[in-house]
Amino acid sequence: MTWAAIVVGALGCYLLKLSGLAVPPRVLDHPVVSRVADLIPVALLAALVAVQVVATDDQGLTLDARALALGAAVVLLLLRAPFLLVVFGAALVAALARLL
Amino acid sequence: MNDAAPADPVVPAGRREIVRDSLGVGVATGAYGVSFGAVAVASGLDVLQACALSLLMFTGASQFAMVGVLASGGTPSAGAATALLLGTRNTLYGLRLAPLLGYRGWHRVGAAHLLIDESTAMSVSRPTREAARTGFLWTGGSIFVLWNLATLAGAIAGEAIGDPRDYGVDAAVGAAFLALLWPRLDRPLHRVVAVLAAAVALGVVPFTAAGVPVLVAAGVALLAGVLTRRSPAPRSGAGPGGATP
Repeated sequence: MTWAAIVVGALGCYLLKLSGLAVPPRVLDHPVVSRVADLIPVALLAALVAVQVVATDDQGLTLDARALALGAAVVLLLLRAPFLLVVFGAALVAALARLL
Repeated sequence: MNDAAPADPVVPAGRREIVRDSLGVGVATGAYGVSFGAVAVASGLDVLQACALSLLMFTGASQFAMVGVLASGGTPSAGAATALLLGTRNTLYGLRLAPLLGYRGWHRVGAAHLLIDESTAMSVSRPTREAARTGFLWTGGSIFVLWNLATLAGAIAGEAIGDPRDYGVDAAVGAAFLALLWPRLDRPLHRVVAVLAAAVALGVVPFTAAGVPVLVAAGVALLAGVLTRRSPAPRSGAGPGGATP
């Protein structure tokens, strides 16, 4: 099942790329379409952040070491830290918080 | 990324400069494949599956989304759906780049795989087809090679360290998404959409299966895109970087 999702997801992502290069621009270049497409990554990534940090496996919501780690990530991003530092800095904060 | 084109001298960047800049972006971006590999294994994929995603899907945000949904207990199909929705922005990149790159036939079939955020950013503002292709191929190509090697390294390391929670790897996923989101929060509308989408997603968490809240939140983008149609919205013609400081 996981393999099927990987193959279908990968094939779909490839076809999305190819269609952009192959389809005549006017088909998709409608102002509303391009605005929605512009906003979809914003909405999805924000939702992924929220769910990843606050949701629990049993469909609950909680603030724990993950929220602390996200706070660290915000600080690192404000300091313009590179991507890897943000990711592993957050992991380090969560790991330390769980040790205490 | 700020588009410095207006301030640039008339002389376009030479091929050597473009290649050098592209490799710089390639090394910086490719390296964080390490975090994807580690996160993917922590989410329950095996090393082969993590590598397959980097090799075949090859679009970072979609890959992180897929493993993020799986990690939170979502079904593989919810993970794939989220990955596809995030992948739609590559279609827009393609529309913008198609006339500039001018690829046909098999070249287009091959080039499509390299169509990602960074290769777009490094080619979209070039003045000539030659320069655009150079930026596109060197950026996309170097990221492809390094991203896949780094994924393998991260996945093997992730598998070796044992319980990922001890190392905070699960918390790193949220940070990765935030880092991907961060550069997009440059406009007020985007910030509003981000906050609303996060709120909607959390709001439906108790009532839906894992993975579904993120898909529901995509509705916020749909609504905002339609509703802001007549307002003096930010110019949709702005490329990566846009006009806002």
